[in-house]
Amino acid sequence: MIRKLAMGATALTMLGTIPAMAQDTIDVKLGVLNDRSGVYADLSGEGSVVATRMAVEDFDAAAHGLNVEIISADHQNKPDIGSNIARQWYDVDGVNAIIDVPTSSVALAVAAITAEMGGVMLNSGAGSTELTRGQCQPTTVDWTYDTAALANGTGGAMTTEGGKKWFFLTADYAFGHSLEENTAAVVEANGGEVVGTVRHPFPATDFSSFLLQAQGSGADVIGLANAGGDTVNAIKQASEFGITQAGQSLAALLMFVTDVHALGAETAQGLNLTEAFYWDQNDKTREWSARFEETFGSKPTMVHAGAYSATMHYLRAVAETKTTEGPKVVAAMKAAEFDDPLFGKGYVRADGRVIHDMYLFEVKAPGDSKGEWDLYNQKATISGEDAFLPMIDECDFTKNAG
Amino acid sequence: MFELLNISPQVLMGQLLLGLINGSFYAVLSLGLAVIFGLLNIINFSHGAQYMMGAFVAWMLLTYVGIGYWPSLILAPLIVGAVGIVLERLALSRLYHLDHLYGLLLTFGVALIMQGLFRNYYGISGQPYNIPDALSGGQNLGFMFLPNYRAWVVVASIVVCFGTWFMIERTRLGAYLRAATENPVLVGAFGINVPRMIMLTYGFGVALAGFAGVLAAPIYSVNPNMGADLIIVVFAVVVIGGMGSILGAIVTGYGLGLIEGLTRVFYPEASSVVIFVIMAIVLMIKPEGLFGRTS
Repeated sequence: MIRKLAMGATALTMLGTIPAMAQDTIDVKLGVLNDRSGVYADLSGEGSVVATRMAVEDFDAAAHGLNVEIISADHQNKPDIGSNIARQWYDVDGVNAIIDVPTSSVALAVAAITAEMGGVMLNSGAGSTELTRGQCQPTTVDWTYDTAALANGTGGAMTTEGGKKWFFLTADYAFGHSLEENTAAVVEANGGEVVGTVRHPFPATDFSSFLLQAQGSGADVIGLANAGGDTVNAIKQASEFGITQAGQSLAALLMFVTDVHALGAETAQGLNLTEAFYWDQNDKTREWSARFEETFGSKPTMVHAGAYSATMHYLRAVAETKTTEGPKVVAAMKAAEFDDPLFGKGYVRADGRVIHDMYLFEVKAPGDSKGEWDLYNQKATISGEDAFLPMIDECDFTKNAG
Repeated sequence: MFELLNISPQVLMGQLLLGLINGSFYAVLSLGLAVIFGLLNIINFSHGAQYMMGAFVAWMLLTYVGIGYWPSLILAPLIVGAVGIVLERLALSRLYHLDHLYGLLLTFGVALIMQGLFRNYYGISGQPYNIPDALSGGQNLGFMFLPNYRAWVVVASIVVCFGTWFMIERTRLGAYLRAATENPVLVGAFGINVPRMIMLTYGFGVALAGFAGVLAAPIYSVNPNMGADLIIVVFAVVVIGGMGSILGAIVTGYGLGLIEGLTRVFYPEASSVVIFVIMAIVLMIKPEGLFGRTS
């Protein structure tokens, strides 16, 4: 499949280059690498390819002297498969930038290869803070979110609103532990305390007994440090066992609009969550999301939006620098602030972390929801500087460049 | 004793009840597997996918046709059972004279194809399915809040399990079935259509999986992987109970639900492992399973 795509793309590139030479166009090849069949297929998957294509069209690449091709592949959430594809893309297929890459373990592997091969990694799907901290790379741009921003958003807001006592329901693997740790730090910094934790196996189907333990702990807030199907099941069952109705609140620490859609407003109502983008925020997001829905069939997630905006900013930098050399393009991306239709004003920090506002949302009651995707009320805006962790010195690539 | 374990009797009661509820799903699913294995000698690896189909068919009936939960409880198992019968006629029936392994591989492949198809059409995030109005809300039992729907799950599963056991072990039809397993040629010689009986038995076992799927739809996320997560545990239940033993599957299903529930209180991290530890111990001490007959 990849080979076929690559061959097709190569053929297209050749067609494109012959007349283009005279006008001095630059060939840009973008690779969207994500999960196309597993747990993250709905929140990234084909939607990210659609979003990337929209960015190329909206940027009007041809008018800027760019000849852009897009290819895509499924990394199946496996670091070894992701690494192989990334290597082949850079080595054989001449890819200039890899986009999306959900699943932190895959993203970290691809980021390292990208730096080695002089490409660009435009991360939208992966959440680990390691991408711009412990394992930061000069060629990584981490666009959409990370676990620290989610913890700051949901954890901070709920603690200051009076949810002082927290009980964590944590998926028993690296991601769950780190999300719990990040959030616990935010809770304690805001004067709250953690009264208990239960580590559940990953993946789990039945959460009732864990939820009952959480209920018995007398906590104000039950923090769900898990993802995808686990979060959906835990919320569904919390509502069934009358936990939310009895006054305890749930904090979904990582949740996408597709998960809320899967739950339905009836079950998810009142839930607090943090996202970087929601389709119904303003005229620009609505206009873009409507176009996205026309092609793709459902509303975009923040990961799709991130793929669009990151590609847009990347193409702008390529057009300006007239090169596709990774380090130079990323340096140009860091030099220019942006005012994006989907993410508002922001900038790429020296460590590759993109600083933009994050938003705290509350899921609407079914009575207030006017359509199947009319799901959130915006509760608060968290400025980028507050949401994301401060830069660590080792990752300041303006100082450590070269 | 409760103080010693640092747990209140209320919490313990609550957890035991939850264990019983989960045990209900294990019992219905492992019952279907045991019926199929006991009477057909087929290791039905697509049982999890058929359970998932049960939930999806209920969701489709509601979404596309407007048929609610109660009719679905009958219709969905019939539809899933019919799909099972097609599979039996087209493929499985050709494998009866071969080793178990071939049936296992075939049904495993079918499970992967079904999951892939559903994933392709409906995505991975799952579909919402609400608890029927008549069963929403719950009772405060003092030690815990028992949702009405969960109480219904326990009742429905006990009725289905008992009914199945009674039919196979205590009726004339059940006697034919068991006889046909022992000696199909002789039973055929008495004028009983053995292939048709086997076909219907497979359909029934699959329908049980579909029934469990409809029961699960309102409380678990209706997604293409819901069966894949459960099927391994259910196989362990069948092995512990004794491959092919109907009573064994039922009793072990409920029993292991209880043990798993207790593990979730004392050492939650081990709750996904405990069933397999028990399986290993049982296999060492009594390899034919707790209720298995030594052959």
